[in-house]
Amino acid sequence: MPNSSSTFIRIDRPEQGIVVISPSTDIDMSRSPELRSTIRQEMGSEVHKMVVDLEEVHYMDSSGLATLVEAMRNASNAKTQLVICCMNEKVAAIFEIARLDSFFSIVPNRDEAISFS
Amino acid sequence: MDTHPEIELKLVSDPMYLCGARELVGCIARRIGFNDIECSKIALAVDEALSNIIRHGYNKDFDKPIWVGISPIKPSEDSIGGIVITIDDEAKQVDPRKMKGRCLEDIKPGGLGVHIIQEVMDEVCYEKREGKGMRLMMTKRALRPAESPRLTDPMPKCTVTYQKTKERS
Repeated sequence: MPNSSSTFIRIDRPEQGIVVISPSTDIDMSRSPELRSTIRQEMGSEVHKMVVDLEEVHYMDSSGLATLVEAMRNASNAKTQLVICCMNEKVAAIFEIARLDSFFSIVPNRDEAISFS
Repeated sequence: MDTHPEIELKLVSDPMYLCGARELVGCIARRIGFNDIECSKIALAVDEALSNIIRHGYNKDFDKPIWVGISPIKPSEDSIGGIVITIDDEAKQVDPRKMKGRCLEDIKPGGLGVHIIQEVMDEVCYEKREGKGMRLMMTKRALRPAESPRLTDPMPKCTVTYQKTKERS
């Protein structure tokens, strides 16, 4: 069931211990604080995998990237796996420019993200 | 650049208006002839510059002025032209030589804005304006379509220069 107080972030729990966070708008300085807050709230001890689904994100700036870098660090500390999926070419460009494309686990679609190990 | 830009947008330093600024820049870049990925990257450079002004220059004071000027570069034999973007503010002045991207080896949140601007644009110039504020002038030239880079191509190095400019009248 979707469960989020955010107006632009959908949260799904497709399996026990897996949470999928799906922003539905561009991520820039005006939106990244809400994404950051949602990711921090959802990264509890009962979550062993967090998927960030970027299918509906057509643009992301470095504040979004910083949010994901912080999420990756927090996930690592919490022994949670963080997987990013459905990234379009324009969003992928900023990961490449910042040379962070190999820092994250990035897969093409949500099913692969959920089964990723 | 002291010549007046052909298009000028004045906005307040509120992050909610970043989307409008990058849409405008992206649309004009597309009209000049940049491909979709290049347009997106140019818009990203502008977004990063504006975010830096809001975050660091104005310390997240959301009602300060920012001016974005846009001028096309006319086509030449080997280029379909380009775009010159100037961004002026009235924020605290900093030494332009200190406007450098950070080392990317150290993976941490934040501090990527200047690096992104310098990676995306061909020329980047930070200046102190006379009186108060800073000016950033960025240039991007477009190759003829057959020579347009693909996303996976390595990016050329950016030229960064520093000089002093006059206060906005």
